[in-house]
Amino acid sequence: MFPIVHARQLSEAVFEMGVEAPRVARKARAGQFFMLRIDEDGERIPLTFSDWSAEEGWIRFIFMRVGKTTHKLSHLGPGDSLADIVGPLGIPTHTEGLGRVAVIGGGVGAAVAYPVARAMAEAGSDVTVILGARNADLLILEDEFKALPLTDLVITTDDGSAGRKDLVTAPLKEMCEAKAIDNSMAIGPAIMMKFCAATAKEHGVPCVVSLNPIMVDGTGMCGACRVSVAGQTKFGCVDGPDFDGWEVDFEELMSRQRVYNDEERLADAEYSKECSCRL
Amino acid sequence: MPERDAAERRATFGEVAFGYDEELARAEAERCLQCKNPTCIEGCPVNIDIKSFIGHIIEGEYADGVAVLKERNALPAVCGRVCPQEEQCEIACVLSRKGEPVAIGRLERFLGDYDLACDLEHRCVPVVAPPTGFRCAVVGSGPAGLACAGELARLGHSVTVFESLHAPGGVLTYGIPEFRLPKDIVQAEIDMLVQMGVEIVLDTVVGATVTLGELLDEEGFDSVFIGNGAGLPVFLGVPGENLNGVYSANEFLTRVNLMRAYEFPHADTPMWRGRKVAVIGGGNVAMDSARTALRLGATEVFLVYRRTEDEMPARREEVHHAREEGVEFKMLCSPAEVVGRDGFVTGLVATRMELGEPDESGRRAPVCVMGSEFEIECDTVVVAVGTRANPLLAQTAPDLELTSRGYIATDDEGATNIPGVFAGGDIVTGSATVILAMGAGKRSAGAMDGWLKGRKR
Repeated sequence: MFPIVHARQLSEAVFEMGVEAPRVARKARAGQFFMLRIDEDGERIPLTFSDWSAEEGWIRFIFMRVGKTTHKLSHLGPGDSLADIVGPLGIPTHTEGLGRVAVIGGGVGAAVAYPVARAMAEAGSDVTVILGARNADLLILEDEFKALPLTDLVITTDDGSAGRKDLVTAPLKEMCEAKAIDNSMAIGPAIMMKFCAATAKEHGVPCVVSLNPIMVDGTGMCGACRVSVAGQTKFGCVDGPDFDGWEVDFEELMSRQRVYNDEERLADAEYSKECSCRL
Repeated sequence: MPERDAAERRATFGEVAFGYDEELARAEAERCLQCKNPTCIEGCPVNIDIKSFIGHIIEGEYADGVAVLKERNALPAVCGRVCPQEEQCEIACVLSRKGEPVAIGRLERFLGDYDLACDLEHRCVPVVAPPTGFRCAVVGSGPAGLACAGELARLGHSVTVFESLHAPGGVLTYGIPEFRLPKDIVQAEIDMLVQMGVEIVLDTVVGATVTLGELLDEEGFDSVFIGNGAGLPVFLGVPGENLNGVYSANEFLTRVNLMRAYEFPHADTPMWRGRKVAVIGGGNVAMDSARTALRLGATEVFLVYRRTEDEMPARREEVHHAREEGVEFKMLCSPAEVVGRDGFVTGLVATRMELGEPDESGRRAPVCVMGSEFEIECDTVVVAVGTRANPLLAQTAPDLELTSRGYIATDDEGATNIPGVFAGGDIVTGSATVILAMGAGKRSAGAMDGWLKGRKR
């Protein structure tokens, strides 16, 4: 059992949680993920580290309440425990020798952009973070980003309620056109990563993306997470989660992410009837 | 052997073969000639003293029979169910020359179940030697790891098993379905090892959470056995293989066996409940997948195999069960493409094959019949064409010598190129059987024991 040591609500549907997992915390690196199972009947879901402490033995992650498991998770806090935490999984993000790099965190993707940007800055890269969300309420980790030694922090919101009224691709495009960056990395919803990669590709700027396919075991034994990259099938959990954004088949990824839409709706509807928050 | 009726059992996950009761067991045991020079023992990969345990059944001395079994086999209730005895001990039985061999596998199962039915205090726990002071790590809690752990514990070593999943057992838990190997049997056998002092640590991926080097250098283990299996699924590489509804057999079986997806929405893991399922492959995993698909409610299940039934590597018994339950065998068909609409599978296009000259496995090679493509209408495709070595552990153990195909290179006793590190089971041989993995685990345990005691402290 893995005790929950921290829980904080960041916005209406976004939560931050910290769990005691000493072995995992000792090995966690930026860009990696872990599998979580709440209890004996639960499903296994992948979540990316937003932070960790090897000394204190905890890991942190940020999640959006989108279905039954995240809904259930949002009701838990210190005093509760999780049945299983398995990790760290995936190949850590490459953070060395990137020169001038733009890290784009869209929505909850900012949770991954944070440790990645931190690691890249520590490795000596010149890091600009573009942080985007639909509106000001959905922006997360703003203060944490401001505390990093970044070259710049650009904030965009779809409705202009904070920062620039723009999609994240707009400042990215400007930086590409001004030849101000050598590399980029985009983390967020698949559709956002698709457009960021396309923008970067147009200007010949490499773009790494952190893919989020459905997973079951997370250790390479089932293939549920398979994605097509440059026409070849790769496993998101052991070959990724980072891949070359220019070559990813995003349409296939998004189609595969929809496979259990009906089951997910059913499960969350059933759970909502019995849960205390009465959403 | 009494079995659940085919029409009834295709709708339930309850065990198919009921097992012998005492009367049937004694009657079958009495057929044994108790040969002076028994040939059956040579057929057994772990050399169980078959003559002796059958002799005990004849006398009604079941506990003694169990003790004989456990001298060589840590998990008799498991092996009695999944070993291909018809290719091992039974085919070597003298009676098989003229008729039916003694049903050795069923008798083994009878004794294994007898033991499990006893309270934990009365079960046959192998005698454990005095503590040696050595600590051994076992990577993987599948059949190889469990057999190795059991043997090391019996020899007096302190054993910790590291398992990457949230439940122990490896293929015994995630791969072999409930109706062939009930999970409470697996758990009871594992409980026995815990009784002997084996520690099982779950949710720990050796190669990620901790590396091989760290186990030896930082965590104080004196010796390590690697039994992490060949769990990497192989796909065909045909167009359309990434459509929704195409599963590797590993994913299909893991969702059902490990995650209990057949209980959705009570259990949270969903399953795509196909009405028409095409399973590609001819081994036991393909049979398990096809029979599982039936139990999930499919109205039609096709088994697509590029050779004929005679060349299928699956156990005859499982092929027979699959046919009885209504799986439709489409032999001499090779998948060419998966087709779909809106991202979901609608059919499998296959080419007809004919058998040509034998290939290096000795079986006649399938040859395409040009222009013979046809489509099998289906909404689910399960690819059960084999597995390969999972690369996770080796990735963080660059000094560990591998074969050209990515398996771990070892000598006959499982010793790798790193002193004190041994390996066995599918990670060495490629996917094989439970009993071969157990035999390898046991052999390596003996070799590890020798190596530990021979070292200068």
